[in-house]
Amino acid sequence: MSTAERGGAPDVAASANGVELDRPAPGAGRPGFWPAGPRRRAKATASVLYDHPGPRARRRNAILTVVFGLILLVLLWYVYQRFADRGQWAAEKWRPFTTERVWVKFILPGLWGTLTAAATAMVFALVFGIIFAVGRLSHRWWIRVPAGAVVEFFRAVPLLMMILFLFFGLPYVLGRPVEQFWAVVVGLTLYNGSVLAEAFRAGIRAVPTGQSEAAFAVGMRRGQVMRFILMPQATRSMLPVIVSQLVVLLKDTALGYIISYPELLEYGVNQLAPNFGNVVAAAIVIAAIYIVINTLLTQLAGWLERWTARRGARGAPDTHAGAVLNTGAAQG
Amino acid sequence: MEFLTDPVTVRLILRGFRLILGLTLASAAISLVFGTVLAAMRVSPVPVLRAFGATWVNIFRNTPLTLVIFFAYFGLFVNLGVALSDNLNNNNFWLGVTGLSVYTSAFVCEAIRSGINTVPVGQAEAARTIGLTFLQTLRLIVLPQAARAAIAPLASVFIALTKNSTIAGTIGVAEAASVMKDLINQYGNAVVPIFLGFAGAFVLVLVPVGYFLGWLANRLAVKR
Repeated sequence: MSTAERGGAPDVAASANGVELDRPAPGAGRPGFWPAGPRRRAKATASVLYDHPGPRARRRNAILTVVFGLILLVLLWYVYQRFADRGQWAAEKWRPFTTERVWVKFILPGLWGTLTAAATAMVFALVFGIIFAVGRLSHRWWIRVPAGAVVEFFRAVPLLMMILFLFFGLPYVLGRPVEQFWAVVVGLTLYNGSVLAEAFRAGIRAVPTGQSEAAFAVGMRRGQVMRFILMPQATRSMLPVIVSQLVVLLKDTALGYIISYPELLEYGVNQLAPNFGNVVAAAIVIAAIYIVINTLLTQLAGWLERWTARRGARGAPDTHAGAVLNTGAAQG
Repeated sequence: MEFLTDPVTVRLILRGFRLILGLTLASAAISLVFGTVLAAMRVSPVPVLRAFGATWVNIFRNTPLTLVIFFAYFGLFVNLGVALSDNLNNNNFWLGVTGLSVYTSAFVCEAIRSGINTVPVGQAEAARTIGLTFLQTLRLIVLPQAARAAIAPLASVFIALTKNSTIAGTIGVAEAASVMKDLINQYGNAVVPIFLGFAGAFVLVLVPVGYFLGWLANRLAVKR
């Protein structure tokens, strides 16, 4: 969500993790040259910044390629060598990842922990987001002000701090221990829910006023206008932002590691690695798993964005009220 | 609120927030510079540079920060033997800064690239027409205009960085969140005031800063 269209504060968090920046730069795949005609975009892109290379530019680019490539290779080789000196590439450190036992006992349970926490928190965060977005837009000040305070508070508090409080502090208040799972899920819900509330709110405010005016004119009440007119349109326009925020949420489940919630990172570096003495190998494998999952989700966000853009262009404003919740559940 | 009468505790709390400030400022400076370089790489005419920038962004944007910082510690320090300071505390601090910078620069890169995308094509075309090279076009024409559009996303990135700096606590930097955890374990009867105090400090700083930067971004935005 861009702050410009909201005219308010920059999003303390939504785009914090690069949420709205996921689209690839148009033309990025067509270096230095673009076909003239309708495919050209209206905004500056990578390809407008330099001419189609002539002989000299080609030579210069070739030299730069070689020089930078060499530097990179030397650096990589140095890292490789240092890790090799430490025996990090030794077969016995990596072989565990080819055995069934490691996957069944460590990685898959870890993945399960990550995905269940993420899926639960996603559902709660979406509900929280919708409720507080509508609350902040209420015409009654005694709903609007507290809702705003809650959203601003939870967006500004570090998630780690919240999880630490929920896990270590809250038991003193409740008089009984808090499960790690719920500490992680509640923390993620409060934080991401607040961020999503702002996303929904921006989406609702971006719906043209004519829409709600027309709805009031045909005799709908406030709640109906919100439910049938504003929410469906806002949800659709904010779908990419929402999915991107869900990627952030999935990534943030790794904080559960700090309170020993058995998720991927915890299983990988605290349980698998001590068994085989391969912390570095385990960390690399786990990073790769995170990257694959998040890349898939990011692609889904990009695809959804193109999809909504296409549908928007056709001007068929059918309702997708359920789409958010479906997407949220499907992520898990 | 007995914990506030103990001078040792007060010193710990102050140090915790000083460390947050230090981590944030150091990482912000490094990642702003490096993120800009990455953004320039991603729009450059040289394929290797473009690929490098894209790979960097894809790897670090999709890895949890906890894992990046963990790797800064176990990969860089324990295995590569990169010691950033002889003092153990300083060393952990700078390893934390390294992890935060590596991670944040990926987001800075994307923020700046989104700014570059708002600059009308005509600007770059005109620059090329009068014979400016790629670097000149970028430095003199595109980046100055992109920077104004990038303020809002950059503000979000740096506000997130401030909160993310608490994660450096996992490699033994005694920052505010770790101090809070210790205090909670020490003063079980005052957990709510302790949390509200620590969280409140973040809220009191970040919410006004957020509104200020939003106002600034609107004010400086190029009206088109």
